[in-house]
Amino acid sequence: MNRKLYDKLIFELSRPGRHGADLPSYNYSHSACTLPEGLLRETAPELPEVDEPTVVRHYTNSSTNNFGVDTGFYPLGSCTMKYNPKVDEAAVADAAVENLHPAQPADSVQGALKIYRTLEKALAEVGGMAEFSLNPFAGAHGEYTGLMVIRRYFLGKGDETRTRVLVPDSAHGTNPASAAMAGFEVVEVKSLADGTVDIDDLAGKLDSTVAALMMTNPNTVGMFEKGIPQIASLVHDAGALLYYDGANLNPMLGIARPGDMGFDVMHINLHKTFATPHGGGGPGAGPVGVRAGLEQYLPNPRVVEDAEGKLTVECGNEAFGRVSSWLGNYTVYIKALAYILTMGAEGLAWVGPLATLNANYVKESLKDLYLLPIDGPCKHEFVFDGLIDKSGGVTTLNVAKRLLDYGFHAPTIYFPLLFHESLMVEPTETESPETLDAFIEAMRAIAHEAKENPEFVKNAPYDTPVSHPDEDKAALEPCLTYAELMEPR
Amino acid sequence: MNSHRYLPHTGEDIARMLRCCGVTAVDDLYADVPPQLRLAKGYDLPQGMSEPELRGYFAALGRLNREMACFAGAGFYRHYTPSAVTSILSRSEFATAYTPYQPEISQGTLQYIFEYQSMMCALTGMEVSNASIYDGATATAEAVNMAVASARRRKRVLLSATVAPAVAQVLATYASGAGIVIEVIPEDRGTTSIPEMEKMLGAGDVAAVVLSQPNYYGIVEDYSGVADKIHAAKALMILNSHASPLGVLRTPAEWGADIACGEAQSLGMPLNYGGPGLGYLCCRKSLMRKLPGRVVGATTDREGRRCFVLTLQAREQHIRRQKATSNICSNQGIMTLHAAAYLSLMGAEGLRKVNELSSAAAHSLAEGLVATGAFALRYPERPFLNEFVLDIAAPLTADEVIASAAAAGIVAGVKLDGSSILVAATEMCTPEDINRYVELFKPARK
Amino acid sequence: MSNIYYLPSHEYIRVEGAEGYVGISEYAASQLGVVTYVDTPEEGDTFAAGEDFGAVESRKAASDLFMPVDAEVLEVNDELVDNPRLLNNAPLEAWILKVRIEDPSQLDGLMDQKAYDEFVAAQQH
Repeated sequence: MNRKLYDKLIFELSRPGRHGADLPSYNYSHSACTLPEGLLRETAPELPEVDEPTVVRHYTNSSTNNFGVDTGFYPLGSCTMKYNPKVDEAAVADAAVENLHPAQPADSVQGALKIYRTLEKALAEVGGMAEFSLNPFAGAHGEYTGLMVIRRYFLGKGDETRTRVLVPDSAHGTNPASAAMAGFEVVEVKSLADGTVDIDDLAGKLDSTVAALMMTNPNTVGMFEKGIPQIASLVHDAGALLYYDGANLNPMLGIARPGDMGFDVMHINLHKTFATPHGGGGPGAGPVGVRAGLEQYLPNPRVVEDAEGKLTVECGNEAFGRVSSWLGNYTVYIKALAYILTMGAEGLAWVGPLATLNANYVKESLKDLYLLPIDGPCKHEFVFDGLIDKSGGVTTLNVAKRLLDYGFHAPTIYFPLLFHESLMVEPTETESPETLDAFIEAMRAIAHEAKENPEFVKNAPYDTPVSHPDEDKAALEPCLTYAELMEPR
Repeated sequence: MNSHRYLPHTGEDIARMLRCCGVTAVDDLYADVPPQLRLAKGYDLPQGMSEPELRGYFAALGRLNREMACFAGAGFYRHYTPSAVTSILSRSEFATAYTPYQPEISQGTLQYIFEYQSMMCALTGMEVSNASIYDGATATAEAVNMAVASARRRKRVLLSATVAPAVAQVLATYASGAGIVIEVIPEDRGTTSIPEMEKMLGAGDVAAVVLSQPNYYGIVEDYSGVADKIHAAKALMILNSHASPLGVLRTPAEWGADIACGEAQSLGMPLNYGGPGLGYLCCRKSLMRKLPGRVVGATTDREGRRCFVLTLQAREQHIRRQKATSNICSNQGIMTLHAAAYLSLMGAEGLRKVNELSSAAAHSLAEGLVATGAFALRYPERPFLNEFVLDIAAPLTADEVIASAAAAGIVAGVKLDGSSILVAATEMCTPEDINRYVELFKPARK
Repeated sequence: MSNIYYLPSHEYIRVEGAEGYVGISEYAASQLGVVTYVDTPEEGDTFAAGEDFGAVESRKAASDLFMPVDAEVLEVNDELVDNPRLLNNAPLEAWILKVRIEDPSQLDGLMDQKAYDEFVAAQQH
C-alpha cells in the first residue's frame, strides 16, 4: 500500500458538464411520464460530474491508502482474516446469477436454488445441525435470527416465562445486543480466571425464566470451553437451549462439531470461516443452523425440495417471521460453496489444526516479552495483556500502531474486556511460517523499542498515509458529508 | 499431509512449529477437547476439486439458470452496471479489507464511505447517513427501532398498506422482539388513506408512521401536508424508497420525512438473485445519535491533513452491548463503494436519464399490454414512474401470464394475486423486449 | 455542602427545596475520557428512583445515567448539548437535569458528601 495519502474526494474532481456513463437512446412508443410538478424534486441532487477515466483513477488511487488481506498479514483477533480465494469470484460469474431476478419463476433458477441447498447441507454437515437457513446477512443478523427461532420455539410450546438470555461476560458485544433486539433480558455469566465460563455462576442463574445460553467455543480468549458437556446438560436440564456463536468456528474445523457439543442453534460467519471477502465491512452472511425439531421455525422464505428434486421458494406457517426481503447475500453463498468444494472434506479438516498451530506458534514465540494472562494451548487466537515490561508506559494501542509501520495490520485491541491491555492475535491457517516469523520479529523489535525509546513507539505510526487522526474532534464536531465539509466553520 | 494450495505448511514446517510449541503432534493442542466430542470420521463432503473442475461445476449449475428479459421489480430492479464500477469493486485493497478500525491504513474504505454518505444525503435531502444496513427491509426495521428509541415510551407504529409486503413482514418480525405494536393504515385505491392515518394518529402514543415512495404498486403518492399531521402527533415520518427514483422524485426531506430508508440496489447493482443489495438509512441531524450502524466522519491528523475515521461509536454494540441502538456490526460494506462509483459515473444527469428511460419503457409497456385487451391498469388514475399493477382479464390467470411469458424468455412481473401482476421496466428493457411481451398477449388474428 | 446526595453509580442530586439538580460527580467526570455527548430525556418525562434516564458518551465508551429519586424532569441543561466538555471541566456546576423531587424521604437512602467521599476512597484501593 501507499505511504503517501491520496487525499481527494470525488466531489473535488467534479467539473460541470462532464459525465461518466452513456445510456441507450431507445425510441419507446411512449415518452417518459410527466409527473405533476409537486411530485418531482425541486433541484437536482448534488452529485459529482466526472468522466470515466477520472472515476477509475480516483478509486484506484484511493484503494492504495488501504490495507487488505491481499496486501499483507492481518492478525485481527476474532475476525478470521484468511486468504480469499480468487477462483471463488470466477465461480460467481460461472454460476450465472447476475441477471436473475429473485422473483422469477423457480424453474428458471434451479441452478441458483441448488447452490443454496448444497451449501445449506454442507454447513449442516460441518455444524452438526439438521438444517440451515442462509438468509441472514451477517453474523449479528444470524444471532438475532437464531434467538428469534428460540423465542418462537418457546412460544410455540406455550411457554411465555422464558424471557432471559444468559451471555458470558467475555462475549462479543453483538451477543447481548442481539438478545436485547429479540426481546430478551440479558443476564451476564461470569468467567473464571482462564476466561472460561464459571459453571457455578451459570448453574445459579439457570432457571425456568432462561430461554438460552449464548456461547462462543472456543471463547473470545481463544480457549476451548472444556466444560461444555456439563454446561450443555445443565442448560438442557433447565429446559433452556444452547446457542453457538460461530464467530470462532474456524479452529473447530476437522476437530469437533457444535451439534455434537450439544448446541441447539448456531450461526456461521461465512466471511470468516468460509473465506469470503470482508469487503471493508461487508457484505457477509450469517447462516443459522438448528438441530432436528427446530427446522420449522427458521425464517421465511425457505428453499424447499419436492419429491422429484425440483426446488422452490416457499413460506411456512411456523416460521418466526422474516429477516430479509429475499434469500440474503447470494453471491456470498457461491463463494463459500466454492471454498468448501475446493478444500474438500480433507482440506477442511486441516483448517482448524493449522489455524491452531499458527496461533500457538506465535504465542510461544512472544510470551517472554508480552504478558500472557492465560497460559496453555490456545485455539485459533490468544490474548496478550500488553507488554510484560510496562515501565516505558507503552500501551497496547501504541504497539498496534507501531505494527502498522512494520507493514502488518494491527491485532484486535482492547477486546475482550477481561483484561486492561488486551491485544488479540488470530493468524489463521493461510499464513506461512515465514510470514509468522516476520510478524514475531516485528513484535519483538517493538518490545525492545518500547524499552529503549518508549516515546518513539508512542508516536507511531510514521509510515502510513495519515497518523494520529483526531478522533475526539470527529466525535465532538461530527462532519459526516461533503456538504458539511464545505460549510464554513 | 497432502499440501493444499491455500495452506502453505510443509511437513517440515509443521514439525518445526510443533517443537516450538513444546508438543509432538497437532492433536496435542486439542487435548482439552473431550474425546467423545471429537469428530469420529471425516466430514461427509466430497473430495477437493481442482480449479478447472470447480469452474465446470459452477458452469453446469449456471446452465440451470435462465436469464430472461426482466419486467419484475418489487424493490429489486435490473438497471445497467457500468463496467468501470465492476472494475473498481474488484480492487482487492478494497475487497479484502476488514472494517476500517485502523484509520491509518484504511483511508480508502473510509473515504468511499464518506462519499457514499454524502451522496445518499444528496439523494434523500437528509443531513446524515450511516454506512449501510443489510437491505431495504432491515433498514426500515432499524428506522422504526430508531424512532421508537427516540420517542422513549411511545410504542405504536403506523404502517401504510402500500408498503411492500416483504418490508412489512420484516418490520413485523423486528417489532415482535422489540415490543413495538405495528398497525396498518388502510389504502385507498392504491395510495395511503390519509384520513385513516389521521384517525389512527388521533388515538395517541404513535412513535412513527412508515410510508413508501414510490409505493409497492409503483404509484408516486402525494404526501403534501402529511408530515405536518404526523409531527403534530409528535410522531416521526419514515419514508421508504428505492434509491434510483430519488434522482427525480421530490425528496424525503422535501416531503418532511425525519428518516429516509430503503433499498439502494437500484443504483446499478446486479440482481444476483436478490443479493447483495444495499440498505440505506438517512436521517435529520437531530436523530444522529440514535442512528444505528457505522458512521464515518471527517477530521484531521496530527499533521493537519484531512482524513476520515469511524465516529459516534459510543452508539454501537461493541461499546453499549445490550443497550446499543442495534446489534449491527458487519453491514453491506463494499456495496457502498458500488453506490458511490455508480453515482459518480452517472451524475445527476445520468440518473435522471435512467429514470426517464425506465419511465418511458414502463409507460410504453403498460399502454401496449392494456391495448391487447388482456390487461387493465388497476390504478389508472394514479401516477407511476416505472412500475404498475395490471389486472388480468378472465379467464387468463396470473400464473398463465407468467408461464407463457417465461416460455418466451420474459419475466412478466411479480404475481400479486391470482389475477393481477406487478410489472416494472428499466432502461435494460429494449423496445424489442417490450414488443415481444405485448405480442404474446395480442388476440390471435384470424 | 449538606444538600448534595450521591448514588453508588456516581450521580448526584443537589437539592434546592422541592427541586433538585442531577449530574455526575467529580470522581465520575475524572474517570471518563473527553465527553463527546450527553443523551438526555425531555422536559416532562418522569422517572423512578434507579431508572436510567440517559447516558454520557466519550469517544469509545458510554455510561448510563441513573435517577437518584422519583422525579419529573423540569429542565434539561442545553449548554451541555453544545458543549459536552463542560461535564469534564466542572461537573458540579454542569448539572444535566433540573427535576421536581416527588418523594423527599428517598433522599435518606442516598449517600451524603462524607459517605460518598469514603465510598470513592474505598473504590480507589
